[in-house]
Formats: sequence, C-alpha cells, structure tokens
Amino acid sequence: MKQLRIIPDKCTGCMQCELACSFVQTGTFQPSRSVIRVYVFDEQAMYSPYTCFQCDEAWCMTACPVNAIALDPATGAKVVIDDVCVGCAVCTIACPYGTVFYNPDTHKAFKCDLCGGDPACAKACPTEAIEYVEVRQPDWLASWAQRVNAGFQAMQEGGTV
Amino acid sequence: MTYGWTGTVLRVNLTTRQVTKEALREEWARDFIGGRGLGARYLFAEVNPQVDPLSPDNKLIFATGPLTGTNASCGARYMVVTKGPLTNTITTSNSGGHWGPELKAAGYDMIIVEGRAAAPSYLWIYDDQVEIRDAGDLWGKTVWETEEHLRQELGVPDAIIASIGPAGERLVRFACIMNDLHRAAGRSGVGAVMGSKQLKAIAVRGTGGVRLADPKAFLEAHWAMKVKLRESPVTSQGLPIYGTEVLVNVINEHGALPTRNHQQSVFEQAEEISGERLTETRLVANKACFACTIACGRVTTLPGAAAGKYMVTTHPHNWKIAGEGPEYEAAWAMGAECGVGDLDALIKANWLCNALGMDAISFGATVAAAMELYEKGALSLAQTGIPLTFGSAEALIAMAEKTAYREGFGHELAEGSKRMTEKFGRLELFMGVKGQEFAAYEARAIQGMGLGYATSNRGACHLKAYTVAAEILGLPRQMDPRATEGKAEITKLFQDATATVDATGLCQFLTFGIGLEEILPQLSAATGVQYTLADLLKIGERIWNLERLWNERAGLTGKDDTLPKRILEEPLPSGPAKGQVNRLGEMLPEYYRLRGWDAEGRITREKLQELGLV
Repeated sequence: MKQLRIIPDKCTGCMQCELACSFVQTGTFQPSRSVIRVYVFDEQAMYSPYTCFQCDEAWCMTACPVNAIALDPATGAKVVIDDVCVGCAVCTIACPYGTVFYNPDTHKAFKCDLCGGDPACAKACPTEAIEYVEVRQPDWLASWAQRVNAGFQAMQEGGTV
Repeated sequence: MTYGWTGTVLRVNLTTRQVTKEALREEWARDFIGGRGLGARYLFAEVNPQVDPLSPDNKLIFATGPLTGTNASCGARYMVVTKGPLTNTITTSNSGGHWGPELKAAGYDMIIVEGRAAAPSYLWIYDDQVEIRDAGDLWGKTVWETEEHLRQELGVPDAIIASIGPAGERLVRFACIMNDLHRAAGRSGVGAVMGSKQLKAIAVRGTGGVRLADPKAFLEAHWAMKVKLRESPVTSQGLPIYGTEVLVNVINEHGALPTRNHQQSVFEQAEEISGERLTETRLVANKACFACTIACGRVTTLPGAAAGKYMVTTHPHNWKIAGEGPEYEAAWAMGAECGVGDLDALIKANWLCNALGMDAISFGATVAAAMELYEKGALSLAQTGIPLTFGSAEALIAMAEKTAYREGFGHELAEGSKRMTEKFGRLELFMGVKGQEFAAYEARAIQGMGLGYATSNRGACHLKAYTVAAEILGLPRQMDPRATEGKAEITKLFQDATATVDATGLCQFLTFGIGLEEILPQLSAATGVQYTLADLLKIGERIWNLERLWNERAGLTGKDDTLPKRILEEPLPSGPAKGQVNRLGEMLPEYYRLRGWDAEGRITREKLQELGLV
C-alpha cells in the first residue's frame, strides 16, 4: 500500500504543500487550514513537513465517541465522516502527533485523507521532500524523528523553547 | 467579493493612534495591479513629493500584490513604498520571506502607516484585530532579538515579523526593514523612515485565505509555470545550487565586477568569495521564501575558529549556528568593492547587516568610498579611528557595528556615500546615481546597465531593469554588452516589464525562466480581470511614468539621469573591458524619445494622457 514519505533534509520551507493541501480543504490558499504543516526550525535551517501517519492503531479512531472516523479500504487512510462528526474534538487530543484539527467554522474535525489516493502535497512539492510511494514498512519514520528531535534539542540549547 | 486582492487597506495613524480599515480603490487596483504599482498610486495621491522623508508627513506603505499568498511560484513578495531618505525620490523596496503572504492571510492588501508615534511602538495584527502597542523594551534590540522577544511576548509562535534594527532606529540613511530574520526590504533607507515614525515592528498572524476568481484556470497556469521553471537552467540549477552568488565568477570574467570603489573591474580574489566557494565550504541548506519553487536562499554557517575570527560586540545567541547570505550584491559590495577577499568576513559582516538592519549594498559601497578617501588622504586616521585600507576585513566588520549605532566615524558612513564624500570634499568619488550607490555591475563594461542606473527612479539600482540578463546571460536574447545599439529599447522594455512583475507580488527571479506571457493567465485567473499582454506592458509603463512624475514634483529633472564622472570619462584600466567608458550620451536621447518624453527628459502631457495619469 502506498504511503506518504517525508524527507526533511530535502525540504526548503516553501510551503507549497500547505498551499496545495489548503486548496483541497477550502478552495482557497489558506495555510492555516492545511492538514500538512511545515515545522520551521529557523535558526537551525531545518524545515520538516509533518502530517497524519495513518497509524495502524489509530488513537483518533479509537477515541471518537460516535465512530465518525473510518478506514478507507482503498488507501488505508483514516477519514473523518462529516455527517457523523459532532465536533467534540476528542480526536484532536487523542492524536499523539497533533495532526487532527478542529475547524471552528464548521465545528468538525478534519485530517489528512490522502486525497483519496492522490495526495496534493506530494504532487506540489518541488524538491521531492514529500513522496507518495509503495512501502511495506514506513522506513523513513525513524530518521525523520531523529532529525526533528535534533532540531528541538538545538532549540533548547539555544534557549528558544 | 474581490478575488486575488483581499479588498481591504489598513490605515494606521501613529500620531492619533487611529486604525481604520477601508475598501481598496478597485479602479486603481485594476490599473496598477498591486505591490509597487498600487503603493506608488496611493503615495502619489496622498504624499506631497516635497515632504522631508523623515518627517511625520511622509507615509510608509507596505503593499502586496494579488498573487502574493497564492501558490503561484515565488508569490511571496511585498513592496515598501515611501519617499526615501537616501535619494529624496520615491523608493520601492521589495522583500520576500513569509511576511507579505501572512498580511494577505490576515485580510489586507496594504498597510499605510502615517504620522509618528509619541513613543516607540509596534503594530500587532491578528486577522481583524489590530493594535498599536508599546515597544519600549524592544527599542535598541537587533532584528533577531526583536523577532524572538516579540513572539514570546505575543505568545503566538506563528507570528511573522517585519522590524527595524538599531540602524533604522538611528535613522541610518540606508537602514532596511527586515522580516523572517534575514529577508530585507533592503535599499534606499525604508528602515530609517520606519525608525522616524518610532515604529519598531509589525507582527502579523493571518488565518484567512486568498480567493481566486477561476481556480481551475489558475492551477493550470500554475503548473505550466512550474514546469517552465524546472526546465530553465537558471531557475532549476544556477540559483538553487549556487544562489545569486553564482554571478561572482561570471561577472568577474566579463571584467564587470566593480572593484575598490570602481577603480578596477576585475577582482583578483573573486574565486574566494564566489558562490562555488560558498557552496563548497559554508552552505548549510537552501531556503525558500513562501511558495518559492527555486529556493535560492543561502543558509550559511561559520564553524569553530571562523566564528571567533573577527570579534564583534553584538552577540546574538545564534551567532554560531547559522545565518543567511551573503547574496551576490552584498558579497560584491563588502567584498570586491572594498577589496576584501575573505569569505568568512563577508558572511559575518552580512549577518551583522541583517541583525542590525541595514542595506549591505549601500553599506559596503559607502565603506569602499571611505577607503578610497582614506587612501587618497582626504580622511585621516584620527578621523576614522581605524585604518580604512582596501582589503581590511577588520575595518569592514568594525564599521558595520559603528555605522548601525552611528558611533565614531560610523556616524559619517551612516549618511551614505554621497553625503559622506561631499562632506570631505571629494563628491566625485561617490559611485552612484541620485544619492544611491551602484549595485554589482560595472556600467563601463555593461553599457545597458549604465542607462538603467542613470534613469532608475530610486537612484542606482539593478532591480529596475536587469539588462545583465540580455547583455551577459543571453536572456531572452544575447546582446553585446559593449555596444550601445538597442540598449535604450531593451532598458525601457525591462523597466516596464519589471514594474509589472513587481506589482503582481511575484519575485523577479521568475523572469529568468518565464515571461509576462506566463504570468498573464495566472493574474487574470486570480483576479478575474481579463488582462492582455499589451495591458501588462502598459501598466508597467504607467507605473514607471507615475514614479517619474512624482520625482519631477519632488524637484528632480533629466539632469539627474546621469552617471559619475569616473564611469563616463575614466576608461577601465584593465581586464576584458579595458579602455571602456559608459557611453550614456549615445543612449539617453533615444531612451527619452522611446519613452515619449521631451529632449530634457520631461514627461509630456500626451504621454500622461495616453497612460491615464491626468
């Protein structure tokens, strides 16, 4: 099954992924509504996109009191069903990665659904830092985590967090 | 409902502390697009051209374009439009990063800042909430410290900040406005205007979006443009791999890299300060502005010993980690023009300029002029306090701090090289036009640049008609840099086309890969105004003439469209362009004629009528 693979070393922080994603979400260019976010470690010159990992054991799904998050069998994505969602936002708290969001305008949760199998962020990325590829195991996650942790550590040492 | 534009202008009067939101004048938006054009139109309507640039009567306009904040490649730009204290002309200074898009997301096309605050203040914009707040504890801080403190004070880590450093506070005539730590609305002293208003910073957080009139057509045009940028060698290889610094060796090989205050035009140590060297030894990563698919930004580092080599008293905590730059123009001004061939010194001096908030081009060029004064005996050690010899990295770095804080001889440098050379009786050593220093292209070796510099509306500037593209890089077609034929025509064409690009909110670097033909469908799809290619060129011409008209009313004439004696009369002593002078006299009359102006360079009534400016 295909998954998103993110390689922070290739990211230049241009936000094309956020723009493409927000366009899918809202029909406008509105990065604040994107479900992929680029974390910017400005002083470390490091940029790391992050979005829903589509966990096998998805806590958002488990936590939802009304079963509004369902599995898309075609892509493996965990998808919010708007008609069922009551906007309690428990999923946004349950997610360990902070990749489920609450929309104050619609009072619904929203998250990455892999655009039904054709993710706009991967298409938009000019440096191939985000790819949608066939992988058996998410082989990139450990190196991604290492890189991001190093960024946070450097920020702590620099006294900026 | 407006598309592309947000339709709202934010007006902030610092004297009365009044903040008002008004509707964008749609007919002006249509005729001037945005950014440089729209900003100039508002300035034209609202500010007396005779005004003292540092008085409360001057206004400071921050203007985005309709493509700012969209996913259009390189749609990151905003333009600062005001009367500049370096040149006393209209000035239009452009910056990228994330600030312009954030302002659009907050819901504004422009901010017009008026008056002067009674005490240091900053502006906080969070979508529709706008506050003028006290900046007492920020005053005196560097740009980097300001950004960090302000985010903590506001408790909004996503806030994007444009601010001035100590140079802007002290009204250094080439102080800039910085955003995202290292991005600058660099030239002509816009930071001094902000400082004169006691406005330390504008912090913005926007959560809204930019709407499009025809999303489908927009995305189609977007993809077509992206493909072209990927195919162009400059935008897909030159700029991403080496940054703008790629030009050092190229321009030097043409004998067109001004050296030691324009005494020579070949720098023997060019290799050591080149983009190739920077990439090999000091580059950490590429950095992109918002929506940019080129990513020319250079994040650089100074490891270990290199960091401690030149002591400075300013110690931002992040000295040792990474900063940005230098870009080509900065590396030239502080490098070749000052005879300094030490890349580490240039990186440090560039970081200092960024942190302290001043234009590295004018700063470097002013130090270079002082160095020539010093070597010619017009300045003594007692006056400068430090030996200002060409090639002295120590002097360069020491003067960066002194200039920003106006300490010692830095107080003279802070006035810019025209005023400084005049004060010490050697005005002929000022290398610039209308009070602003040249950029990194020798006008004796590249004839068209001479015409571009001389006729630029904000003094010598490489960004108003980059004929280097045609004369050196062969884009869109190769022209002989030594010839004057055809230069009037290409200069006018580039001036008009560039004014239009500057109005859209896009970055000029796009134009290495694409032209107005590719921008046109995106602009029309975003705004819903069905522009034609002829419209876009007409708009560029309209902007150019409006700026010129404003300058005329400020007291400038065709006599100001000139170059220093050295460029017009002293032949280059060595290198591939040896023996050349700039033959401005062969180009200027034709240029005036093509512009439809009279022989003295005055705009004619017919031209104004044709452009709808009366």
